[in-house]
Amino acid sequence: MSDLLDTLAAASPQLWEGTLVTLQLTFGGAALAFLVAVGLGLAALSPWVIVRTLVRVIVELFRGTSLVVQVFFLFYVLPLWGVELAPYTTGILALGLNYGAYGSEVVRGSLTSVPQGQWETTTALSMSWLHKMRRVIWPQAWALMLPGLNNLLIMLVKGTALASFFLMNDLTFVSDQMRRTAGTFTSYGIAMVIYLLIALALSWALRVLEARALRRLGLREPTKGETAKATAEAVA
Amino acid sequence: MTWDTEFALSVFPELLSAFVRVTLLVTVVGSLMAAALGLVWAITQRSLGRRSLPLRWVLDFIRMTPIPVQLLFVYYTFNNLSALTVGILVFGIHYSTYMAESYRAGIESIRKGQWEAATALSLPPHRTWRAVILPQALRATLPSLGNWAIAMFKDTPFLIFIGVLEMVTVARQIGGSTFRYTETFTIAGLIFLAASYPTAILMRRLEKRLAY
Amino acid sequence: MIHFQDVVKRFGDTTVLDGLDFTVAPGERVTLIGPSGSGKTTILRLLMTLEDLTEGFIYVDGEPLTHELRDGKRVARRPRDVSKTRRRIGMVFQQFNLFPNMSVLENITEAPIHVLGKPKQEAREDALRILEQVGLRERANAHPMQLSGGQQQRVAIARALAMHPEILLLDEVTSALDPELVGDVLEVLREIARTTNITMLIVTHEMQFARDVSNRVLMFDSGRILEEAEPDKMFSHPEHERTRRFLQAIL
Repeated sequence: MSDLLDTLAAASPQLWEGTLVTLQLTFGGAALAFLVAVGLGLAALSPWVIVRTLVRVIVELFRGTSLVVQVFFLFYVLPLWGVELAPYTTGILALGLNYGAYGSEVVRGSLTSVPQGQWETTTALSMSWLHKMRRVIWPQAWALMLPGLNNLLIMLVKGTALASFFLMNDLTFVSDQMRRTAGTFTSYGIAMVIYLLIALALSWALRVLEARALRRLGLREPTKGETAKATAEAVA
Repeated sequence: MTWDTEFALSVFPELLSAFVRVTLLVTVVGSLMAAALGLVWAITQRSLGRRSLPLRWVLDFIRMTPIPVQLLFVYYTFNNLSALTVGILVFGIHYSTYMAESYRAGIESIRKGQWEAATALSLPPHRTWRAVILPQALRATLPSLGNWAIAMFKDTPFLIFIGVLEMVTVARQIGGSTFRYTETFTIAGLIFLAASYPTAILMRRLEKRLAY
Repeated sequence: MIHFQDVVKRFGDTTVLDGLDFTVAPGERVTLIGPSGSGKTTILRLLMTLEDLTEGFIYVDGEPLTHELRDGKRVARRPRDVSKTRRRIGMVFQQFNLFPNMSVLENITEAPIHVLGKPKQEAREDALRILEQVGLRERANAHPMQLSGGQQQRVAIARALAMHPEILLLDEVTSALDPELVGDVLEVLREIARTTNITMLIVTHEMQFARDVSNRVLMFDSGRILEEAEPDKMFSHPEHERTRRFLQAIL
């Protein structure tokens, strides 16, 4: 036990450093992913066929080609074209675009799940597009999309581990370095626990948002199973 | 940087071979394993009720921690296992936690009346599951399992962490020795797209077909 | 005045309305009856611009609604112009469609404030007055989900009235209600019919209500008007055998 504590104490500066890098990638990636998801999700409902087609192509391209391939593309190919990105930017961009594309499916699905009658009533009351979105459709879709976004956010946290491959000092990288001194079980075990705590905290925060949104609508919470099914459709 | 079609075509066979030998192998065996384990988790949870809480924690732990760390952890803990075996095990177990949730959705979608009818007929539990609940639940779950398999498929490049020569790793090696990353990664991406997109479409069709 | 001119509505290969021509005078109350699928709800939805017109024109007080004749050609009007004309029309739906993210009062004031640009205080007072009228003033701050179906529908009526429409469309407003809740909703509508001169187009299966409030009844069959008459005449001495059978089936 005291061995473990000693190891922890010795490694704590690096672990802290690694956790910060992971957190930065998580928040940066999640912020970008959210913007992309909302943008593409709304555009997917555009009345213009050309916009919808374009969105479909972008989404399927990012969904279909694997996060790792996309990261490698940004990391190895862009420099050949004269675009040099900092590792941070590469990581955030790849996470944001990939999970943003997944998220756009969740956003689109939630918007179309708002009952037809709600959309029709906004027409009957002559509301403008912005008005109906902001005040009627979005608040209802928001509650529906949070469980799906929650699952994606956890996947994004896990996806940040890829950064270690580009020698970024993230949690995975630090734990891999620790292996030699602390042993396999301790080093990776600690890393997994920290990842778990980050995921749990974020997941809890989104669930609080969801509970608030549902309370405002007077609705019940969807079951975990229903959420998992919807998420599977988005990430496939 | 110019695009060299001839070069792109020349790397294609090598990438495809790595794709079939490793990527597909891991995906297929891993998915089958995940589907079987996921079902076990789901039925155990449903049958044990509140007593299944510790199992739930373990599954959440696996689901909420990154595959690369899990790969490294298992790889270095069991050094008698080949990297490929470790890959299949980790992917199978990791995605079984997701598939368990999908099974759960399928089981939840069975109306209460079905359970009650089974009880009214005094069916023993294994018959209730095998003859009544699962046939209906699996129908609703199948597309969802397929979707998770596709997600697993796209995660297979994580095998690079334990040095398995799967397609993206091979692409990176070729790129490294020729400095032609554009072609290699484009081809690798296209192979992924060509495999995952039609499968995803198939699952969407299946979903509609199987819906009651 | 509402005028349908050569209106055709097709969904794919199915023709729902087939060259429809009819006029509703200002202040008139017209009930549309007929078997399901005969096109009566489609008429309301076309007026509310919830469906696209396949052919023909609809005029509201002489103003074209969604399409107009320009240089001998039928062209769609700009969305902004459509919206302007549409504001004269209100609609109450079968499923109430209250906004679940807003209180009763907010449901009613939302469009007057943000679509018509009414000052908040004025919209609020107006909403409370209308809520009083439908007998729900004390529920102003309630959540839609806390109300019974009948109460929700009365709020939906209040919401439509708060836009002060010249024309009110009632689409099977009692069909989704439990039988014992129907009476209150119909009483509110009778009161509105008595005290205002709003033009009303009503699709309903409540024949007694139709008899009480409407000036005219149109019987639809297969996308055409089979016959039209004053309610008393329609319900006691219908001209067509088809109408007789329909009325027998539902009364």
